Amino acid sequence: MTGFARGRAAVVGAATYGMDSKPGFSAIELLAKASFAAIADAGLVPSQIDAVFSTLPEDPFSAMSVPEYLGIRPRLVENSRTGGSAFQIYAMWAALALDAGLCDAVLICYGSNQRSGAGGLVRSASIPFPYEAPYKPRNPTTSYALAAKRHMHQYGTTREHLAEVAVAARKWAQLNPDANMRDPLSIDDVLNARMVSDPLTVRDCCLVTDGAAAVVMTRADRARDLPNKPAFLLGAADATWHRNISTSADVTVTAASEAAPRAYAQAGIGPADIDVVELYDAFTINTILFLEDFGFCAKGEGGPFVADGAIAPGGRLPVNTNGGGLSCVHPGMYGLFTMVEAVTQLRGAAGDRQVEDARIALAHGNGGVLSSQAVTIWGTADTV
Amino acid sequence: MSEPVRSIHPEAEFARYLADGRFMLQRVVSTGETVFFPRVAQPGTGKDDLEWVEAAGTGTLYSFTVTRNKPPAADYVIALVDLAEGARMMSRIVNCDPATLWIGMPLRAHVGEVDGTPAVLFTPEKIQS
Repeated sequence: MTGFARGRAAVVGAATYGMDSKPGFSAIELLAKASFAAIADAGLVPSQIDAVFSTLPEDPFSAMSVPEYLGIRPRLVENSRTGGSAFQIYAMWAALALDAGLCDAVLICYGSNQRSGAGGLVRSASIPFPYEAPYKPRNPTTSYALAAKRHMHQYGTTREHLAEVAVAARKWAQLNPDANMRDPLSIDDVLNARMVSDPLTVRDCCLVTDGAAAVVMTRADRARDLPNKPAFLLGAADATWHRNISTSADVTVTAASEAAPRAYAQAGIGPADIDVVELYDAFTINTILFLEDFGFCAKGEGGPFVADGAIAPGGRLPVNTNGGGLSCVHPGMYGLFTMVEAVTQLRGAAGDRQVEDARIALAHGNGGVLSSQAVTIWGTADTV
Repeated sequence: MSEPVRSIHPEAEFARYLADGRFMLQRVVSTGETVFFPRVAQPGTGKDDLEWVEAAGTGTLYSFTVTRNKPPAADYVIALVDLAEGARMMSRIVNCDPATLWIGMPLRAHVGEVDGTPAVLFTPEKIQS
């Protein structure tokens, strides 16, 4: 695969806001707080942003409302609505648009008040699928439970394997002062938690939190003159195989198995070169499926791969070092948070959870119900 | 055997059949392939010579999950079912003990209701008389 702007664009500013779910903010207010913070972190001012790639959970016209709110008149907007993977897709288009000279500074942003907002869980506006809705699946949980059950049947994956994922995420969260869930968590705690949708207990499911995140991207030459250590985009690819779980040909394989090899080819690396993995863990089965689909182990071996604390601090592969959607933050769409954590690790600014000598990071987004998969590969200056 | 009925308005026609207690599938006339969910053309090829045929009503269990509810609301089983015709669909497994279900088990379809809405439902084949 050729043609991607490998290393020619970078994240130069990053911020999160409101992950602790303080009541009283609307989604766009949270988004704006993170956005202005990310612009300031980049050493820029809002008038220097000329492209805004954004999603809000409930606003189909956020491509216009977000720039309006921020007081920016963008030359370019992007609003792919693939759910949690949208932000990786934005980063891909941002790199290509920057490289083509269509714009000079891209703001990628998201905000949600789904926890503190009135009415509880905020649902994005999506049309009920007439061939599933009558059965009242409790999505997204039902769809991921169906994938987990099939993976267990087909490959011998166990509930203990799933629990390992939750426990590893919690151990990373305990090293992250910004994480929402930092209490100790054991395998037995996960297994004995309230069953939600077999085989998933409430501890196999992501948090429901507020939160906003934003990053700013520029071309690499400018990035080197800005105050932060840039995180260069080495490769980015996405793939979409379905929308609804009942139309998935094989619920144990995701489109990440197609996107990841393309992203690796662009970056000129393979899974063995990746120092830190930030993947979209909306449910414990996700981590197992995606580690397989990214090529860290063979299909079906994700369960044994995560066993014995292998992805926890001190394990063989650092995965979801912020605590992930399971223990850090999950405000409806989590994808931008994996990129912020990847950038934080590559800056060497991750505090107690810092992965030593992190040079290459994978940040992944998952949208829908294992539907849209987008993989980005980021590197420090010496990897470009 | 009655004349084949061409599929013109797939979503509405499927729902109408269901309301009449019939589980119908689309078949591509020229190839005999089954299309589900109902569409205006076969996905991937665009072939639009589609007719309605009665489903055989048999299938096997591909995956399932017990949706847990707070009492007094009852738990229910959501399943993905592989139909004999080769298509897969979401459904519920009813009139069963969830603990006795196993992936790969044979299932039998009938048209019932979920909270007043007509729906294709399945039961384990062995308890059909």
